[in-house]
Amino acid sequence: MIFGRSERGKPPVEPVTLKILVAGGFGVGKTTLVGAVSEIRPLRTEELLTEAGRPIDDTSGVEGKHTTTVAMDFGRITLREDLVLYLFGTPGQERFWFMWDELSEGALGAVVLADTRRLEDCFAAVDYFERRSIPFVVGVNCFEGAARYPEDEVRQALDLDADVPLLLCDARDRETVKEVLIGVVEHAMACAADRRQSVTT
Amino acid sequence: MVRPYAMTRGRTTSAGQHRLDLIAVVLAEPEAGDPESDPTLSPEHVDIVGLCRDTPQSLAELAAELDLPVGVVRVLIGDLVARELVHVTRPVPPAELPDESILRDVINGLRAL
Ligand SMILES: Nc1nc2c(ncn2[C@@H]2O[C@H](COP(=O)(O)OP(=O)(O)OP(=O)(O)O)[C@@H](O)[C@H]2O)c(=O)[nH]1
Ligand SMILES: [Mg+2]
Repeated sequence: MIFGRSERGKPPVEPVTLKILVAGGFGVGKTTLVGAVSEIRPLRTEELLTEAGRPIDDTSGVEGKHTTTVAMDFGRITLREDLVLYLFGTPGQERFWFMWDELSEGALGAVVLADTRRLEDCFAAVDYFERRSIPFVVGVNCFEGAARYPEDEVRQALDLDADVPLLLCDARDRETVKEVLIGVVEHAMACAADRRQSVTT
Repeated sequence: MVRPYAMTRGRTTSAGQHRLDLIAVVLAEPEAGDPESDPTLSPEHVDIVGLCRDTPQSLAELAAELDLPVGVVRVLIGDLVARELVHVTRPVPPAELPDESILRDVINGLRAL
C-alpha cells in the first residue's frame, strides 16, 4: 500500500519511522493541521482503559467495559520509501493525559498549537513538553477575526524560553504547516547539538 | 460485534514482549509459512500477516486498518512474533535522537512535499 509492492523476491525496505506530536487546546485546529499534510485521512485509534492502568472511568457496574474511545489524530507523511514521518494529535481532554506519556516516548518533537483568543488553553501542553525536555515549537493558528498580537506579547503570555520557536500558521494551509513541521525538526536538531555541547564541556 | 479482547483471550500483554511503540514497524517474515494453516491463530492474526506481507506497517496503522484497539493489536503482534511469522523493527530509542543526516533528510523531504 504505502511503500509500494515489493518486487518479486526482493524484501520490502524497513523504513525509519519518526513521530511528531500535535498538542493544544480544544478546537484549536489539531485535526485540521494533521489533515493538511497527511497522505491519509486522519484516523482514530482506540485506547484501553485497563492497559493504561489508571481507573479514569468509574467502571463499577459496567462490567466488561474495558475500552474507551479516545480520539487520536494520526497522520502519515512518506518522505522516502525508507523514511516515514507520523503525526499524532494528542487528545485534548485532560482525563486522557496519561496517553501523552506513551505518545511522547521517542517523539522527535512537538507542535503546540495556540489560539491567541484563548492562549491559556495551551499552557498545559507547554508545561508538559518543557518539563520533559521534549523539543517543541509554538504554532499560532491564525483564525480570521482573531486580533494579531506582536510575537513578544504571545511569548510573554506563554512564558516561553527565548530559544523556543514561535511560528504563525494556518492549520488549513499545507505550506504553513510544512514550515511548522520543519521548525520542529530544526529545533530538535538544535536542542540535540546543545545537549552534546553540554556533555563535552 | 465482537468484544475486542475476546480475540486475545483476555490477555492485555504478550509474553516476553516489551511494549511496542505506536510507530514500531511490523514486517512479515518472507520465509514464514501460511498463517491460515495454524488453527490457533485468529482471523485477525492472519489479517496482520497479510497486511504486512507487501508493505511494512506501523502498529498505529495496523490498529487503524483493522479498526481494533492498539492494545489488542499489540498482543496479536506479540503472538505472531513468538511464532516467527513477523518481526518488528523498533524506532529510534527515545533518549537518542536519530542521526543528524536523517533529520536533514526529513527537512529536505518536507520542503519537497
Ligand atoms: N479560520 C480558521 N479556521 C480553522 C483553522 N484551523 C482550524 N479551523 C477550524 O476550527 C475548527 C476546529 O478545528 P479542529 O481541527 O477540529 O480542532 P481540534 O484541535 O482538532 O479540536 P478538538 O480535537 O476538538 O480539540 C474546525 O471547524 C476547523 O475548520 C484556521 O487556521 N483558520
Ligand atoms: Mg481534533
